[in-house]
Amino acid sequence: MIDFELSKDMAGMRDMIHQVAEQTMRPISHQFDEEEHTDPTDWQQMMWDVSKGSSVFGGGPSDKKELAAKTSKPAERNVGATVTIEELSWGDAGLYLSIPNAGLGGAAVSAAGTAEQKQRFLARFSEGEPKWAAMAITEPGFGSDSAAVATTAVRDGDQWVLNGTKIYCTSGQRALDKSDGFVVVWATVDKSAGRAGIKAFVVEHGTPGVSVTKVEDKLGIRCSDTAVIVLEDARIPFDNLLGDPEVHTGSKKGFKGVMATFDATRPAVAASAIGIGRAAVDFVRDELAKAGVDIRYDRPVMKQTAIERDFMEMESSLQAARLLTWRAAWMMDRGMRNNLEASMCKSKAGLAVTQVTQKAVEILGPLGYSRKLLVEKWMRDAKINDIFEGTQQINLLIVARRILDYSSKQLN
Amino acid sequence: MISFQPTEDQQLMRDTVSAFACEQIRPIARQADESGEIPASIVDQAWELGLIQSAIPEEYGGYGGDRSAVSSSLVCEELGYGDLSIALHVLVPRLVTYPVLELGSDDQKKQVLPAYSGEKFVAGSAAVMEPAMGFDVNDLAATAIRRNGDYVLSGSKCYVPLGPAARHTVVYAREDGATAAFVVPSDAPGLEVVGRERIMGIKGLATYEVQLNDCRVPASARLRGDLAPIFNRSRVALSSLAVGVARAAFEYARDYAKERHAFGVAIAQKQAIAFMLAEMAIEIDATRLLTWEAAWKLDRGEDATREACLAKNYAAKMVLEVTDNAVQVLGGHGYIRDHMVELWLRNGRGFATFEGLAIA
Repeated sequence: MIDFELSKDMAGMRDMIHQVAEQTMRPISHQFDEEEHTDPTDWQQMMWDVSKGSSVFGGGPSDKKELAAKTSKPAERNVGATVTIEELSWGDAGLYLSIPNAGLGGAAVSAAGTAEQKQRFLARFSEGEPKWAAMAITEPGFGSDSAAVATTAVRDGDQWVLNGTKIYCTSGQRALDKSDGFVVVWATVDKSAGRAGIKAFVVEHGTPGVSVTKVEDKLGIRCSDTAVIVLEDARIPFDNLLGDPEVHTGSKKGFKGVMATFDATRPAVAASAIGIGRAAVDFVRDELAKAGVDIRYDRPVMKQTAIERDFMEMESSLQAARLLTWRAAWMMDRGMRNNLEASMCKSKAGLAVTQVTQKAVEILGPLGYSRKLLVEKWMRDAKINDIFEGTQQINLLIVARRILDYSSKQLN
Repeated sequence: MISFQPTEDQQLMRDTVSAFACEQIRPIARQADESGEIPASIVDQAWELGLIQSAIPEEYGGYGGDRSAVSSSLVCEELGYGDLSIALHVLVPRLVTYPVLELGSDDQKKQVLPAYSGEKFVAGSAAVMEPAMGFDVNDLAATAIRRNGDYVLSGSKCYVPLGPAARHTVVYAREDGATAAFVVPSDAPGLEVVGRERIMGIKGLATYEVQLNDCRVPASARLRGDLAPIFNRSRVALSSLAVGVARAAFEYARDYAKERHAFGVAIAQKQAIAFMLAEMAIEIDATRLLTWEAAWKLDRGEDATREACLAKNYAAKMVLEVTDNAVQVLGGHGYIRDHMVELWLRNGRGFATFEGLAIA
C-alpha cells in the first residue's frame, strides 16, 4: 500500500536525531564554518560513542542476507539512513560529513569486499577510538570520466605498488592522519583495458609512501576535510584489492561493482541536500510568520504574492526531491535495482536545494546575506550536493541512458 | 511505513484502465480533438469499467467499492495518458456523485445517486469556473441568496462540461462570503446554457457557458459541510491527469528522438536532447509522488489543502514544460497536427486554468 508515514520506530529515531542536531550541532555550526581545518573533537567523540557499531551512518547498501533475514518485516535500513542524514544535515552538513564512521570507503568494502575483508577493514568501526574511512577517485586530470584514471597499481609478488595523486578525497586526512582508518583508492592495473582495468584498493593509514599533501579551502562544508593524497611507490598487501583481480577486457565487471556503490550513496547525498534545504525553508517560514506574512496555499496563481509563489515553489521542489529520494532508498531496502532512481533523486535534490537556499538568501535580504546568521552558510553548503557523487549533469546523463536504453557508448 | 507500492487491487485496476487508455482511447484522441466529438461507444465502454458506479454504495445501486483518492489518482493518470478530453468526459458523472457522496444528506443521496448507478452512462456536471481573470473557488462572483426558504442563484459560469446533457449540475456560488454548492437538475428554470465554449485545448470535450438567471432552488439542494476536501480532491485528480498527459508527451518525444537521425546519429544521442528528456522524466516522477502524497493524506481524512495545492501548482507548471519540450524535441514536426504533441501542449496549458473540477 502506498504510504508516506514513517514507521513508529523510524519516526522515533528521527525525533531523537533531530534533538541531537538542534542541541549539539546548531550551537557549533557557525564556529566550525569560520574555523576551517579544525576538528570538533568533543562532538566527534560524542557522535562516535553513540553511533559506534551502528551501520546507519554509513549509508551503504543493505545486503541480500539482511533482506532475507527480515522477510516478515521488510528492512527499512536505507529509508532510515536518508531520514537520519536529513536530520543531521538540517543540523549542519559540514559537521555531518565529519562524523567518524566507515563512510564511503566502508560502503565500497561492504559492496565489493569478501567476508574476510569486511572483517579486517570494518570491525574497527565498532571499537576503540573514533575512525574514518574515505574513498579516493578523483584526480587532477579527471573527475566524472573515471576511465581516465592515471593512478597505477602494479603487482610485485604479494604486494601492489601504487603511484599517483588523488584529490577531493572527503575525510582523507581524518582517515589517514587523524585516525587508524583507511582510504579506498581507485587505480588502474592495465591502462590499455580502459574501465575494465580499474580496481579499488584499500590503503591503510601509516602506509609508507602515502601522504596527505593538502587540505582544500572550500566554498562550504568547511568542517569536512577534503584532502589531496599522494601515493609514491606505496606498497599494500595483495589481498587489499576489492573484488576480482583479473582484468576482463571488454566487460566492466569489477568496475560495475564499485559503481554500484553510487546507487547507495547518491540517495544519501540527496538526503543531506534536503536537510540543508529544509533548514533554509524552516528559517524562512519562521521569519515570514514573525513578519506577519501568511502563506495562503489555496489562492489562485494570479492572486498569489511573489513571496507566496516563491515560498510554495521552495516547499514543493524540496518535497519532490525528498519523495524521489525516499523512493530510491525504499527500492534498495527491497533489493530492487535503483540505478535510475538514485540518479533521479540526486540530480533533482542537488539542483532543488541549490535553488531553494539561494532563494532563501534573496527573500531574507540583509538577514540572508549576513554571516551572523546561517542562511548564507546553508547556501554555500548546499552547492556541493549539486557536484559531488556525480554532478547534476552526470546524473542527468545516467538518467538519460536508462530512459533511452542507451549504453555509455551510445550516449556520452 | 514508507511504501511506493500500490495494493494488488490498485495495480489490477490501473492495468485494466491502462490497457483501455492505450488500446481504445488513444487511437481516437486526434479525431475527437478535430471533430469536437467523443463517440458514444467509447463512453459506453468506459462506463463498463465501473469507474463511477464502483464508488457508490450498494444501497444506491452502486458496487460499494473503493473511494480512495490514491486509487483515483492511479486511474486518472492512465486515462489522462490516453486522452484528456475523453478522460474528463467519462469521469464527469463524478462531478455530481463525489460531492453528494461526501456531503449529501440521505435524501440527496437517494434522489441523486441511483441515476448514476445504472447500465448506461449518465452525464453529471459542475458549474464552478467563472469567465473572469480573478476566478477563485473561495471567492466566487456568482451568488446564492436566500429568499422565502429557497435559494436564488445568479451569475456567469464557464467551462461547464457537457452542459445540457448532464442530469444534474452542481452549482458553486457565494453565500455570505463563503462558497456553497447546490445540486441542481440541469433543466431547472434559470439555468441557461448560453452556448458551447471554444477553447484552446480539450476540444473533444463539450464544455458550455452557463448563465444563472435567478435560478431558484429549494434549500434542500444545498450540500452541507466543508467544501475544502472536495476542492482538494479535484486538485489531486487534475494533478494526476496532468501527469498522464505529460507522460504521453514524454514517451512520444523519447521514441521520436531515438528514430530521428541528424549528423549521423539519433538525436537522442545528443546531450541537448537527452538531457531535456531526462529532466522531463524526473519531473514527471516528482509530480506523481507529490500527488500521491496529497491523495494519501486525503484518504486519511486529514486536511490536505497544503499538499494538494502544492501538487496542483507543481503539476500545472510541470505539464506545460514537459509538453512544450516534447514539441521542441520534434522541432518542425512537433508543430504539425500529424503528430500528437501539439495537442498535448494545448491540453497541458489548461491545467493552470482548470480548478474545482472534482472529477476525483
